[in-house]
Amino acid sequence: MQQHELRVLRPEEYFIEVEPYYEPVADEIGIFEAAYANGLPILLKGPTGCGKTRFMEYMAWRLKRPLITVSCHDDLTSSDLVGRFLVKGGETVWVDGPLARAVRAGGICYLDEVVEARKDTTVVIHPLADDRRVLPIEKLGELLEAPDGFCLAMSYNPGYQSVLKDLKQSTRQRFVALEFDYPGAALEQTIVERESGIDPGLARQLVKFAHMTRNLKGQGLDEGASTRLLVHAAKLIHAGIAPVAACRSAIAQALTDDPDMLAAVNELSASLF
Amino acid sequence: MDVYLDPALSSRRTAAGPAAALAGFPAREQGFVLHWGAVIAKDNAELAYQFTAFAPQGLRLMDLPAMESWLLYAMDLYDKKGQVPAIRAFQDVVGFAANMQERLAGIVLTDIAGVLERFVCGLNGRALKIAAGERCHTDTETLFLPAVVGRLAQKEANFRLYKAMAVHQWAQGWYGTWRGGVLLDTFARAAPSPAALDLFHALETMRLDACLARDFPGLHRDMQALRLALDGGPLGDPVLGDPAQADAVWTDLARRLGDPAARVGDTLDRWAGLPGRPAPPCCYRGELVPEAVLARMELRAAQDRDRFRIALARLIEDQDRRPPGEEQPEAQTLPETAVRLGARAQDDPDGPEGLSYELFLDGKPVAPPADMVSTLESIIQDLGEIPPEYLVAAGPGLYKRNAGGAAKDADSAWAGTYHEEGAFAYDEWDHSRGHHRKGWCILREIEVKPAGLAFYHGTLRKYGGLIKSIRRTFEVLRGEDRILKRQPYGEDVDIDALVEAYADGRVGLEASDRLFTHRRQEERNIAVMFMVDMSGSTQGWINQAEREALILLAEALGHLGDRFAIYGFSGWTRKRCEVYPIKRFDDPYDDLARGRICAIEARDYTRMGAPIRHLSKLLRGQDARVKLLVTLSDGKPDDYDPGYRGDYGIEDTRQALFEARLDGIHPFCITIDEQGPAYLPHMYGAANYTVVADVARLPAKVSEIYRRLTS
Repeated sequence: MQQHELRVLRPEEYFIEVEPYYEPVADEIGIFEAAYANGLPILLKGPTGCGKTRFMEYMAWRLKRPLITVSCHDDLTSSDLVGRFLVKGGETVWVDGPLARAVRAGGICYLDEVVEARKDTTVVIHPLADDRRVLPIEKLGELLEAPDGFCLAMSYNPGYQSVLKDLKQSTRQRFVALEFDYPGAALEQTIVERESGIDPGLARQLVKFAHMTRNLKGQGLDEGASTRLLVHAAKLIHAGIAPVAACRSAIAQALTDDPDMLAAVNELSASLF
Repeated sequence: MDVYLDPALSSRRTAAGPAAALAGFPAREQGFVLHWGAVIAKDNAELAYQFTAFAPQGLRLMDLPAMESWLLYAMDLYDKKGQVPAIRAFQDVVGFAANMQERLAGIVLTDIAGVLERFVCGLNGRALKIAAGERCHTDTETLFLPAVVGRLAQKEANFRLYKAMAVHQWAQGWYGTWRGGVLLDTFARAAPSPAALDLFHALETMRLDACLARDFPGLHRDMQALRLALDGGPLGDPVLGDPAQADAVWTDLARRLGDPAARVGDTLDRWAGLPGRPAPPCCYRGELVPEAVLARMELRAAQDRDRFRIALARLIEDQDRRPPGEEQPEAQTLPETAVRLGARAQDDPDGPEGLSYELFLDGKPVAPPADMVSTLESIIQDLGEIPPEYLVAAGPGLYKRNAGGAAKDADSAWAGTYHEEGAFAYDEWDHSRGHHRKGWCILREIEVKPAGLAFYHGTLRKYGGLIKSIRRTFEVLRGEDRILKRQPYGEDVDIDALVEAYADGRVGLEASDRLFTHRRQEERNIAVMFMVDMSGSTQGWINQAEREALILLAEALGHLGDRFAIYGFSGWTRKRCEVYPIKRFDDPYDDLARGRICAIEARDYTRMGAPIRHLSKLLRGQDARVKLLVTLSDGKPDDYDPGYRGDYGIEDTRQALFEARLDGIHPFCITIDEQGPAYLPHMYGAANYTVVADVARLPAKVSEIYRRLTS
């Protein structure tokens, strides 16, 4: 495994230097690049753990732009995105929020799980997300016009069933949408192998197991096992954990709390290894 | 002893005998018998006598905890069935002691059926039922397993045995024991003796086990371990097997039947060469019941064939833009379409036999719709191919026959009611024309007479604990305190806001006065309409589950403060669409409403478009931030009128839901139809439905879904 040490970076200096491992599923790279070249914002749709964030890292590396990620939550205010005045030694200083930083640096601003943010917050991105490409900062009395390098992207999981969390039409219709889903069996096997280093036979069994859990979606499971969970399990196996135990901890327990369902999922993994 | 046995003693029967027998035991055992004897005597002196009389014998066979379960078992019988069975249970102390081991480690099917059902469904996605049966076998749709398994000393091992039985039966379907009727034909020509059938089954088990070993190594290992423990090892296995049985014949058989290319025909060939041999034992094999399979498969084959042909007719209709065979209204099939249709096999490692099929119409490949795919898969799993004679479109005659067959002409019967007062006319979407049929459906609100509250009270009793827990979770929802930041007044200082205001003030901007945090319960402001399927197919269980679900939910909704209404719906052709107000938005949830919930009953068909349009109109009149339309249903839209069945109904429903969404209503569907995922995403949208496969869990699930939906 690659060794990592602590590094402290300013968000706008976070360039991805090593090529992240990414397997294209369809024409998403081409579409992203064309949208980027034309200054269009991008919306990534798809279930959890299918590679949306990895795709963003890969594109940031490919386009050589810093990647500023904001994980959205329901207390996120517009000052959290744009910036605010703070007091320092009796003086006031203005501190840019991540969105303003991304605009100034010409980086990629990625709003992860954007439906979690309050609806009044998502509105501040509107002027940035159409052909104006500007970010007004009222308190400073400034208007930032985004340089060509800037790109706005956000992700969204349409599988959520809460009616209170949905993306407004006025927001979603500003974006070029890319749909993601779990990759096909052969590709998924390659991904699991590459990410974890386990041998092809085990990777194939893991993917088979993932398909079994996806068979159960709607029959008691809200979601089947994602590619990310498969990689987790594969890494545990690579580290010497027995496959059944790895599937139990990394996949089954992550999928459900229902005891009957847990038992059934564990039996499925035990039947394969 | 004399004291508590007094009423059961007589001149011919004294306590002396039991007392003498008991005297030989240590004080602890004596105390045990006297104590329990006195306890039982409070209920029934005769039973106490029987207990005391047989206790010495029991003590020689069992330890005290086992004795206790023996007497509790007998007393339980007394409570449920009366004195005589209980006395018999006391007298059969020897039999009880013999079964004790099984009782302690045994597993009951009902405890694990849920796990097994999910497990088997996970194996390949086809949902099979699990039921208790006298004989351990499958009819290819239900797996029949023994009600109790206790052959092994540990519970886990007994569960593994259950699992092995279920998998063996599942494997018969997936690896093609019954595929293509090869086996059934052979048995039909010459019915095998039970012993011969058993021998064949043993050979087929070798083939299936080899398939399982290739695809599910973990499972195979478990099954081999079971055979080692219970049968003296698998045959033909020189390492694990019993050396006496591992003779050359079996080794050779294991090799031949273990070949990946071996099919059920090969097993038949081997079987013909081995007459008269006894079948070796196998703990999970169970039996083959060809009669049951035959009956089930004939039924399914006919259904699948008709469905497939109707689906083909629809494909042709889509291509030609008109239904085929209009000029021959009575034709069952349209032979002239056969030349236009074709199917080609292609490799697919995930399919049965490693194949899947591509369909061709006029030489061009066509993508079958989702409901046709499952029919197609079912046919391939049963027959191993798409037989050429299946490739012919259904004629209008077949459509009609499938539509139910009642001879009444619904249109003329209801023609007179068209202009009646109190009726609402609704448009219906005709997808083939691409526009609405104006005022096409006539809908009425029909009053429901409240029924007695017996069912209501029964449900409260049955789910007492659950209602409490639902209420609690709903209360948490309601009482979800939010800390509002940046308020002009409140309980606490908002440090972030204060710093910001101070800083703003220092640079000369206007400092905000919103410096406090305030804790407040968020107003929910939700109006929800429950639309309950009252079509004929809900008769029985489903109807009962629907009513229970509504009662549980209604009891808890009051606590949440959400406004709700409940309407049933059903219909019979376009001129008689009906909705049944159970509880309107303005009605209180009182005994009248409860009585009407109890009175929900199964009626006619499921024409969904008009009721959705009517109920969304009512919902639109509500002033709420969030408006929900929740449908409780058991299947696709359907009507007596064959024109509504299939795509037309689905497209109309989809259109009605789309219109509702334009009005700011969120539709959601809770269904018990396992086929739901094939068509619901199209109607409701990918995330707006839930399938509750197990009817019995519907009542508990609906509240859970509602909570998730609105939090």
